[in-house]
Amino acid sequence: MERFQRKLWVGLLILAVLTPIGIFLPEMFNAGDAWGEWGVETLEKLLGYVPEGLKQYADVWKAPIPDYNFGRDEASMGTQVLSYILSGIIGIVLVGLALVGISKFLVRHERHER
Amino acid sequence: MHIPDGYLSPQTYVPLYGASIAFWAIALRKMKKELSTKHVPYIAMSAAFSFLIQMFNIPIPGGTTGHAVGAGIITLLLGPWTAVLSVSVVLIIQALVFGDGGITAIGANCFNMAVVMPFVSYWTFKLLAGGGTASRRRFVAAFLSGYLGLLLAAVATGVQFGIQPSIAHAPDGRPLYAPYPLSIALPAMAVEHLLLFCFLEGIITLLLFRYFVRHESSLVYALKGA
Repeated sequence: MERFQRKLWVGLLILAVLTPIGIFLPEMFNAGDAWGEWGVETLEKLLGYVPEGLKQYADVWKAPIPDYNFGRDEASMGTQVLSYILSGIIGIVLVGLALVGISKFLVRHERHER
Repeated sequence: MHIPDGYLSPQTYVPLYGASIAFWAIALRKMKKELSTKHVPYIAMSAAFSFLIQMFNIPIPGGTTGHAVGAGIITLLLGPWTAVLSVSVVLIIQALVFGDGGITAIGANCFNMAVVMPFVSYWTFKLLAGGGTASRRRFVAAFLSGYLGLLLAAVATGVQFGIQPSIAHAPDGRPLYAPYPLSIALPAMAVEHLLLFCFLEGIITLLLFRYFVRHESSLVYALKGA
């Protein structure tokens, strides 16, 4: 691997280790969900009801690692932080592999056609 | 900015799936023509970067959170079509594996962050950077391409939220999906982004652009033909 690329990968790993900042900062400044990304319980509190259609769709998908958290909603800060870093690493491996796969396929396809 | 399941009516999420699929098809065709093996590791890294930078939730004290997306810098380095594909893959993995953004809303989220954003960034840079080598002007253009790219993505998201109450409501008048009208959803999305999150995106775009121009300028897509 080129030295420049190695340097970039190291930078990305450092970024992965720093991701828990994305948990600490909102906690510190008492900030909640992103606008429009409230869960059903929060909506109930905001509106006094849950929109019918929204309720039907809300649980249409069960993600294997919901909210980048391996623990439960009320997991300790330690668990959340470790889950977050691990999710970051799993995430970059998955997106990296997917794009290398797609790119390799496109390059091979191209040579084949010529 | 990741719209969850249930916030968009089928009348909204189905056409947006269609739009995103059309852009994916063009992106794949463009990349097939232009892709060189040398770029593959950078494409993978661009997606890794976008994935990680989105994990940095930035708070509005006492309010909501938001984050940068990274589509601006990916566009400047690798071109808008590569950014379409790279950021889309990120958003799809986020939805499938981490439940960040809905499955039904993948088309919408990809349209906002992986189509609107790269192309706004691209055209902003193209229009403002000029052809010359005046580097300060180019850096200003890089900042604004990140800033405006994210802003327009937020505006698109705000519009999609905001039109829901008028598209679908129960007989008693209650909205069926995203509950807030355009007059609330659009300013909410736009203002929090233009005051805070867009600055972050702009600064990230500017700093990384400068880094690559200095260290590996042959790679930088936005400098080609300049």
